[in-house]
Amino acid sequence: MSSLQFDIAHLLAGSLVLASFMMLYQDRLYALLNVYALHAGVLALSVGWQAYVQQAPHLYITALIALVFKAIIIPVALHRIIKRLGIHREIENVIGIGLTMMAGIGLVALSMVVMLRVTPGADALAREDLAFALSVVLLGLLIMVTRRNAVSQVVGFMSLENGLVLAATGAKGMPLVVEISVAFSVLIAFIVIGIFLFRIRERFDSVDVQALDRFRGERR
Amino acid sequence: MTIDALGAILLIPSVSAALLAVLPGYMLAAKLNIVAALATFLTSLSLFVIEPASGQYLLLDDLNKVFIILTTFIGFTTSVFSASYIHHEIEIGRLTPAFLRFYHAMYQMLMFAMNLALVANNIGLMWVAVEVATLTTVLMVGIYRTHEALEAAWKYFILGSVGIALALFGTILVYMAARPAVGEGLDGMVWTVLVKHAAQFDPALLNVAFVFLLLGYGTKVGLAPLHAWLPDAHAEGPTPISAVLSGLLLNVALYALLRFKMMLAVNSEAIAPGPLMVTMGLISVIFAALMLYRRRDIKRMFAYSSIEHMGIIVFAFGMGGPLANFAALLHMAMHSLTKSAIFFAVGHIAQVKGTQKIADIGGLTTTNPVLGWGLMLGVIAIVGLPPFGIFMSEFLVVSSTFARAPWLTVILVLGIIIALGGLFLRVGVVMFGEPKGRTAPAEASYVPMFTHLGLVLMAGIYLPPVLVTGFQNVAKLLG
Repeated sequence: MSSLQFDIAHLLAGSLVLASFMMLYQDRLYALLNVYALHAGVLALSVGWQAYVQQAPHLYITALIALVFKAIIIPVALHRIIKRLGIHREIENVIGIGLTMMAGIGLVALSMVVMLRVTPGADALAREDLAFALSVVLLGLLIMVTRRNAVSQVVGFMSLENGLVLAATGAKGMPLVVEISVAFSVLIAFIVIGIFLFRIRERFDSVDVQALDRFRGERR
Repeated sequence: MTIDALGAILLIPSVSAALLAVLPGYMLAAKLNIVAALATFLTSLSLFVIEPASGQYLLLDDLNKVFIILTTFIGFTTSVFSASYIHHEIEIGRLTPAFLRFYHAMYQMLMFAMNLALVANNIGLMWVAVEVATLTTVLMVGIYRTHEALEAAWKYFILGSVGIALALFGTILVYMAARPAVGEGLDGMVWTVLVKHAAQFDPALLNVAFVFLLLGYGTKVGLAPLHAWLPDAHAEGPTPISAVLSGLLLNVALYALLRFKMMLAVNSEAIAPGPLMVTMGLISVIFAALMLYRRRDIKRMFAYSSIEHMGIIVFAFGMGGPLANFAALLHMAMHSLTKSAIFFAVGHIAQVKGTQKIADIGGLTTTNPVLGWGLMLGVIAIVGLPPFGIFMSEFLVVSSTFARAPWLTVILVLGIIIALGGLFLRVGVVMFGEPKGRTAPAEASYVPMFTHLGLVLMAGIYLPPVLVTGFQNVAKLLG
């Protein structure tokens, strides 16, 4: 692999981590969705580049799914749901943004240390990809735990899933990548439909998951 | 192409799911559901006689044979229970025929997904199957559309999704570890190929992979501290689904974990997965046992009891060795049978009394003696009193591990005793006390419940030698 090809792959995977960081500090739902669309777009580019570099045409399908489904359809659908439910207000974070960013930096450092240490044998691109992918996964988890709002938790989950797709495409020659990305898209579609069908707002008067806690567990 | 028995146990549920999705009339649908489940069970029995060859996608060995037969059997008995359960739900209007069509189709989808996860020889395929099983159960948990049911479904959804996402990351890492030894392409995910070459895998990568797999599939097994979805999902969904969740789906996730444990065992330089599993198992046992004391909802209480028993099973598998593995397998089978029998009883009790609150149920042995004593027998079995099979399997777990790790075993026994106290304390009120709530006679199907209890009783008194050798073979396979 030429060094230019490596650099571009590296750049795109790094941009995905950067986009994850951008999601961490968004405090409005619409802005969060826009950054998610960017996240998915970067993923599509990165997967497309991997398809070109690895000469694996089936990965173009995964890239196309990322572009059409995740970068366009899902954000648009969520936009409309947010509008319909009338919840386009500020997102309540559980902890402050500064602290969240610090935690994010810590997680990225952790995944670099873990992944680079355990994969000295693998080729350079796969190593870096795995380290970046783990960072994106952990940042996705961080978004999920620092948000109280159901929609932004879902966005966090979707960014986590983008990290998994990055890992799967980075693992050269991995079978079933397309199938797995389709399965994940089905899962996400279910979640988005679920937000709408369950009509969390109608039921709970808010998509704030704290309101759900009222109903948890033991009937009193 | 001819279809062998392995293909058939996948084909029958998927075809009937499609059929049930369009079939109007819930009476007919319930019957078809039973017939399909019975056909799947009978087909799975034929695996004893003719063993289909394993391929790149499907696999049959002694380990998954046990799981398949257990799954299809409980799938069948639960479908019988489900028929009488939903009849009552329709009458009181908690469910509508349209929802039931959906329910039956999803039931067969779940059976398909669980069977697929059990026979898959490809770790990617196995992952997809576990995901499908999660999705179908999420949809069924939320079917009542109440506040509690929706919250339970949402919580299960999010936690389950995170769990399977972590499991996928682990799966990718396994592929990465395998690639230098096995080569690129499909072979890198075929389990039988992976096990054969696991000794040459990079141990460090394999270790990280197993941590992700343990967290991911462990969430689905319901191990503490990843169990938060489990009590809600059990308490708020329809009771047949609680029975299937506890009796089967937890086992399927455990099965996935065991496959990876076997892979790690081949590689001598990788960490031993045992201590991790033992720790999580013990935490689950103690935690769940303590949580039993403050339960107000009867289904939720038995959900915590499921966490406790999964903890015992994971502990025993973690200890490893032929005897502990044997005990764990036996315990798993006994727990599945007993817990689903308990949920059959609880489902009818909740219907008769119109509530799941323990405080509002009382004096069952006088108002509904058959159901009451059925549940009582189930509870006696589940807490591990003789002469039932769980006594024997718990005894085997304890005696086989005591010599190797006395302190751990003491903790385990303590957990079991705490759980016994908690369950008896709560159930005593429900059973004996003053009769409370409605006293209408139950229109129940007792056959599935007493069949399960009968099997558990029989296993406690006399284990057929065929079963013993079968389990011993599996235990040896697990190492």
